[in-house]
Amino acid sequence: MHCIEMDHLLKNLQHDLLRMGAMVEEAIYNGVQSLVKRDADLASAVLDGDEKINQLQLEIEDRCIKLIATQQPMAKDLRKISATWRISVDLERMADNVGDICKAVIRLNGQAYLKPFEHIPQMADLCQKMVKDGLDAYINEDVALAVQMSEMDHQVDTLYREIFKDLMEMMSANSNVVNQGNQLIFIARFLERFGDHATNIAESVVYLVTGQRKDLNK
Amino acid sequence: MIKTKISAENLNLFYGDFHALKDIHISMGERQVTALIGPSGCGKSTFLRCLNRMNDIIPTCRVQGKLMFEDTEIYHPDTDVVALRKRVGMVFQAPNPFPKSVYENVAYAPKLHGLKDKARLDEIVETSLRQAALWDEVKDRLHKPALGLSGGQQQRLCIARALAIQPEVLLMDEPTSALDPISTLKIEELIRELKQYYTIVIVTHNMQQAARISDKTAFFLVGDLVEFDDTEVIFTNPKDQRTEDYITGRFG
Repeated sequence: MHCIEMDHLLKNLQHDLLRMGAMVEEAIYNGVQSLVKRDADLASAVLDGDEKINQLQLEIEDRCIKLIATQQPMAKDLRKISATWRISVDLERMADNVGDICKAVIRLNGQAYLKPFEHIPQMADLCQKMVKDGLDAYINEDVALAVQMSEMDHQVDTLYREIFKDLMEMMSANSNVVNQGNQLIFIARFLERFGDHATNIAESVVYLVTGQRKDLNK
Repeated sequence: MIKTKISAENLNLFYGDFHALKDIHISMGERQVTALIGPSGCGKSTFLRCLNRMNDIIPTCRVQGKLMFEDTEIYHPDTDVVALRKRVGMVFQAPNPFPKSVYENVAYAPKLHGLKDKARLDEIVETSLRQAALWDEVKDRLHKPALGLSGGQQQRLCIARALAIQPEVLLMDEPTSALDPISTLKIEELIRELKQYYTIVIVTHNMQQAARISDKTAFFLVGDLVEFDDTEVIFTNPKDQRTEDYITGRFG
């Protein structure tokens, strides 16, 4: 009986984590759309949605605590609970990164951009794919996919460095663009942090499946 | 480096035609707690009872292979079983004090081994009861019947009785299965204390207990020793799927 109950409770937990992941995927998509389209209303809506994600994270955490207290999980059951808890914390931080992007969009206040975006949407696409692959790897317990996903973080980092360099050059040449340049650097930085959290998800998946710790954030 | 206290090589045991232990290889360290886990009938108690030859009383029981207690081959025909049991004490599932006083229970074995000096016996009784964390509770009723103690106290008395002849190894066969949670915790605390001086081998059906108190855990299944490793490895990341299935309740 014990295992049927445990399987049922773990399934519910996984289901909630996937729901939370889907909310973060949607948030990053809409957050970057609000930037590209200079849509402060959309940015505000995404920002408002953050509270729901925070709430869900707390619910997942409570559920993990209850499972440990009442079911005394062992071995892989225990690793699943630990990994799920950790991933929920990373997802919550990723949603905070999106919230920070939205605040920057609101501060930019609809002003025309210095030049069309190229790298920032690319970063956002990568980030969104990282969340999706991370959750697929988690649910299918796919270590190869988790490792492959974490490698995308190198591309995210490279794009961040290029954006930083471009914007620094623009700001050095023209002091009138410092404000916008700064906001855009912040945005790129938040996306870069988002990628780091996604890499943590990959590490949690590796731990869940193998019981081994692997540093993928190099 | 932990010294090996007990080791088995190719140990096989039969009850008549029934093959109860199959090619057991294991090495247990001095002053370590080793937990033996597994479903009923898996061989864990049989293995425990080999360690002080308690299976000798079963007429159909045959043992093959090598079982060493330091340099002593436990099943060698020349091995003195009484001397062996003096070094390898045992505590059973249900508390089983003698129908005598608290004092007499603890003094019984030293007396049997020929000790008559009253002062020395008093000292052994006090030391053993202190080691079993029972002294403070019984020091004013040493000469009252042991059967008047609570279940948890009786079990600690049995531990004190086993300690009275200063064994090196303490075997425990589900020592807390008949006790309430508080008494269980007391025994577990006691095991942690005792391992400073004794090598302890414990059979338990309580996974959390094995996880809490042991350094090493051995998982037995239908006579096989499936997995033997550090306790934290067994309970967080066992290597064998059968171990995983058992400790997570998915067995069978």
